[in-house]
Amino acid sequence: MLLETAGLTKRFGGVTAVNAVDLAVDERTTLGLIGPNGAGKTTLINLVSGVLVADEGTIRFAGADVTRERAHRLAARGIARTFQGVRVFKGLSALDNVLIGAHTQLRPDVLTRLVPSRRPAETVDALALLERVGLGRARAHALAGELPYGDQRRLEIARALASRPRLLILDEPAAGMNATESAALRGLMRSLVAEGLTIILIEHDVRLVMGACDRVVVLNFGRKIADAAPAEIQRDPVVREAYLGSEDAA
Amino acid sequence: MDVVLDFLRTYATAIAVIGISALLALSVWLTLYAGQLTLGNAAFMGVGAYVSALLGRHLDTPFPLALLAGAITAGIVAVPLGVTVFRLRGVYLAIATLAFGEVVRVILLATPITGKGQGLNGIPPKTELWQIYLSLAVVAYVLWRVQGSTVGRAWAAIREDELASASQGIDVGRFKLAAFVIGALIAGWSGGLSAHLTFSIDPSDFGFSKAVQILVFAIVGGIPNVLGPIVGAALFTALPEILRPLKDYRDIFQGLILLGVIVFLPRGLVTFLDVRRTRKLEQIGAADVA
Repeated sequence: MLLETAGLTKRFGGVTAVNAVDLAVDERTTLGLIGPNGAGKTTLINLVSGVLVADEGTIRFAGADVTRERAHRLAARGIARTFQGVRVFKGLSALDNVLIGAHTQLRPDVLTRLVPSRRPAETVDALALLERVGLGRARAHALAGELPYGDQRRLEIARALASRPRLLILDEPAAGMNATESAALRGLMRSLVAEGLTIILIEHDVRLVMGACDRVVVLNFGRKIADAAPAEIQRDPVVREAYLGSEDAA
Repeated sequence: MDVVLDFLRTYATAIAVIGISALLALSVWLTLYAGQLTLGNAAFMGVGAYVSALLGRHLDTPFPLALLAGAITAGIVAVPLGVTVFRLRGVYLAIATLAFGEVVRVILLATPITGKGQGLNGIPPKTELWQIYLSLAVVAYVLWRVQGSTVGRAWAAIREDELASASQGIDVGRFKLAAFVIGALIAGWSGGLSAHLTFSIDPSDFGFSKAVQILVFAIVGGIPNVLGPIVGAALFTALPEILRPLKDYRDIFQGLILLGVIVFLPRGLVTFLDVRRTRKLEQIGAADVA
């Protein structure tokens, strides 16, 4: 078990955004996280990545209790993420974005940088990552904020991968992508899992979720209402009700 | 050669002041580069000035050591201050650091050893022009190179987006504090140089107007690269001299120039060349390939 949460709860004022959620993610698998808008998916991810601190419950990552650890510590432990609605560093080049993603992998190099030197190894790695997500080297020096939206999403994934994470959390990565791009994303995810990565995917694109995930967890009003293989989820009456309303109402 | 020496002799003080202003502008550039607006550097300059002058006077400390002690004292003061004020952002951070400056000023005014309101007089003129410009060259070179390092990129990332920075494993609080403390060290060092240039110092030299002046140097010069603060400091220190023939209208023209730069080159004087290049490319419809 790479990631395990027990009774995870987060309240905002009177609203319980995440309500006693148990989550278990095996190594080298892809977990889909779906649910109607406002179901608590992003809040759950913010808890797991240390952006928010839980009110109750525990989070274990790779055998360690990380419940109260903040985002930069969790990133160093190997949790990388993208954001719903991209958050690339818009005023910096695509290459710099990826190099910043590699922050935890690089030794502090202030002193060695004082002497002008040839292109360092990390730049080579960063360029290779840009190529891998389909951005190409030609755009490496473009400002991230000037890239088309789909490219910004790809850049964000490259930045997350630069930290060589064990767990990659993708928050609606296919939003704004066309069918071809979304298929390429699915191919990328598959090859990453084959290399040993574990992925949590939040996505509205049902085909992507059903095609890419080994297991799917459904949230509704902050509670986990289903946790099963994709095929079972599609048949689950509780899930259908959450998405389509109850049979009576229909 | 004689012409150059004559020029240097005539304008030695102005050239020295420009160098010190440039150092101060670089000291605040560092926090601005990390996206933090702080106004404490005039006070750090004051700490460096008083500590180095008092050490020289009472303990006969050699000049370089006195300078170093002044800089380090400013850096040490910056640590607890930074830990406290970096809970705040934006204007609130600026005001909190400004308040710190006032506290320093009032302490200097009330303490017998700092000469209270009269300040310290008869400080030996030990600062040489080459010392100022060597310091400036070293600081500017190091800051220029730092931009391409993991630390420089972390500061740029924090300026762009703190939350996303933390998710990349950057300890945002620590990096902000580092920028602040290194800035204080540079300001403290320039304070020592300044004190041993001007013969006398008093608390009003390091107050609100100095804090704003330092900020103006950096912002008007431009934050995108380290040349900006140096250009800004040189221009705004030399301007009163250049505009001397205008007599009473001098301040008005200085204000107009400041206004013009802010309106037409909001990212600073050093972006002037970039702007021209972009315009040209737009004219030939080639902005996309730029």
